Amino acid sequence: MSTLTEAPPPLAPQAPEPKPPKRRGRWTPYWLLLPGILWLVVFFALPMIYQASTSVQTGSLEEGYKVTWHFATYWDALSAYWPQFVRSVLYAGTATILCLLLGYPLAYLIAFRAGRWKNLIMILVIAPFFTSFLIRTLAWKTILADGGPVVGALNTLHVLDVTDWLGMTAGDRVLATPLAVVCGLTYNFLPFMILPLYTSLERIDGRLHEAAGDLYARPWTTFRKVTFPLSMPGVVSGTLLTFIPAAGDYVNADLLGSTDTRMVGNVIQTQFLRVLDYPTAAALSFILMAAILLMVTLYIRRSGTEDLV
Amino acid sequence: MTNKTDPGGDVRLTGIAKTYGAFTAVHPLDLTVPQGSFFALLGASGCGKTTTLRMIAGLEEPSAGTVFLGDQDVTALPPYKRPVNTVFQSYALFPHLDIFENVAFGLRRRGLKSVKKQVDEMLDLVQLGEQARKKPHQLSGGQQQRVAVARALINHPKVLLLDEPLGALDLKLRRQMQLELKRIQTEVGITFVHVTHDQEEAMTMADTVAVMNAGRVEQLGAPTDLYENPRTTFVANFLGTSNFIEAEVDSESGEEIVLKAGGGKLVLPEARCSAPATTGGKVLVGVRPEKISLTHADDAGEIPEGRNRITGRIADSSFIGVSTQYVVDSPVCSGFEVYAQNIDRDPRLVPGAEVVLHWNPAHTFGLDAAQDADAGVEEAA
Repeated sequence: MSTLTEAPPPLAPQAPEPKPPKRRGRWTPYWLLLPGILWLVVFFALPMIYQASTSVQTGSLEEGYKVTWHFATYWDALSAYWPQFVRSVLYAGTATILCLLLGYPLAYLIAFRAGRWKNLIMILVIAPFFTSFLIRTLAWKTILADGGPVVGALNTLHVLDVTDWLGMTAGDRVLATPLAVVCGLTYNFLPFMILPLYTSLERIDGRLHEAAGDLYARPWTTFRKVTFPLSMPGVVSGTLLTFIPAAGDYVNADLLGSTDTRMVGNVIQTQFLRVLDYPTAAALSFILMAAILLMVTLYIRRSGTEDLV
Repeated sequence: MTNKTDPGGDVRLTGIAKTYGAFTAVHPLDLTVPQGSFFALLGASGCGKTTTLRMIAGLEEPSAGTVFLGDQDVTALPPYKRPVNTVFQSYALFPHLDIFENVAFGLRRRGLKSVKKQVDEMLDLVQLGEQARKKPHQLSGGQQQRVAVARALINHPKVLLLDEPLGALDLKLRRQMQLELKRIQTEVGITFVHVTHDQEEAMTMADTVAVMNAGRVEQLGAPTDLYENPRTTFVANFLGTSNFIEAEVDSESGEEIVLKAGGGKLVLPEARCSAPATTGGKVLVGVRPEKISLTHADDAGEIPEGRNRITGRIADSSFIGVSTQYVVDSPVCSGFEVYAQNIDRDPRLVPGAEVVLHWNPAHTFGLDAAQDADAGVEEAA
């Protein structure tokens, strides 16, 4: 009887444990990462380290620079150039807000109302990229030229009185004023606002608008309670893509502004290429980077986009 | 809550139509849905049922005609001013709001400040009290569906519109939700207008079903009426299965019509014939497969008098447990379908056997022979 209930003996009781089969392709992800990592090391990490070391060097061009851990450079650079920092944040911030105000309705139109014109409008948004950044910015010199039609119109409409009062323009001139720089920044970075906005608006299910309307939301309420919250990822990435490069930009201030509108980008450029004060230039770059990182972090925390699907 | 005698929940469509360019989605249509009823618009995709629903909701503007809710003409009102709410196909829950806020959305838009009590009650009604703080994507399909119902019902609409609300659910859950929706409808007494392509769903849930085809209502009535006495071949085929025999009118007594088909005679009650029957004219005689009895040809003498009968040979049979489905070829109609309950199975009824098909004349229905006998077969599949 007992033989019936006995479990059959294991087939190969004393056989050595077979080695777990070697998993093929275990290293594949790392191999695939390698080119990207190499690129970042050579063109991002190494220059960063180099610049970091430059920023704490002292010396002169003739005698050469040596790392002396002279952190005072940071303090000196900040106290000498803080107005340019403030100006950068101010100009970039204004341009970002203008981009949002101009870009949102356009992105909304493309996403929901354009119909068969969608592709054409998208092409028009991207088309300026086919000409050089410099040429586009120089064109604004003509647009905003003294006594030109744009300035004349702004003058007649008393817009310049308002901007004068805000300190954005001086008298009858727009060129070589903060307004000109902000205009240039807004124009140049507008597509970087429109594209992410469009992408996130376009993803919104049209039935959600219908559902909101069905639940007694007027069109404006539907926008405030449904469309805008759902487009927040686009708003956040659009503002970041606009603000970050605009804050470090120097071309617009250089071509459209004056010595009174110099931004931190202009200072860094001058320090590097004309004054040849490398430690100060490097220190300024790091301060700008840290400032932007800090602001972006606070902004993302505040907008709470990680909660959005 | 809604008063049962208040006519505010009647939906009246008069001459309502919708065209998109040259395409007519809905032909001019008159329809009245009485207050408190569960009304189903049934049809295949593209038949205009959803367009009709959307015109009631205000999401689609009719090309012609008027929409009345009770005595109020709402044709020109935008959706947010209409006292109706919709349960959307695939629900359209707001992904950025939690379940509580989704349900509270309509109340808040109407300016209510303290919504907590109402929302909690509504979530309890649909058994989702525990999930109030979850986001829609964290819920299962069935739960999302219940949120969509709760979100609409909490506003006490005069009419609740349901656009294929169960389409995304699996079969078992769908059956469960059908009963659930029916329970809720009985409980709150609101008029439900339900759009579906599932004939079983329409028949189990609705008091009245309107079968739509190509932008027109083919027939409207209680589910049993539609099933037992369809008036078009589309309805006969779309709801269940029907067998058709083309027959010639032999005589007509005012109560019964006697027809000739392949040498035999068939009797059809006059009241169940929707086609004009004149002697010598053609009529399509229809009968449902489960009404027919099968008797082996050797026992033909045992068939009681007064039953309609035709002869044939079994072409195919399939045993499916509760019943056996036979396909019988007969001189008057090939591919006659017969469903026989497995009570006392005659072992002689196998493919090849000669049989007599017979049924009570009261189960016969007559249709206009001018139509396609196969209309609606594809759509029902």
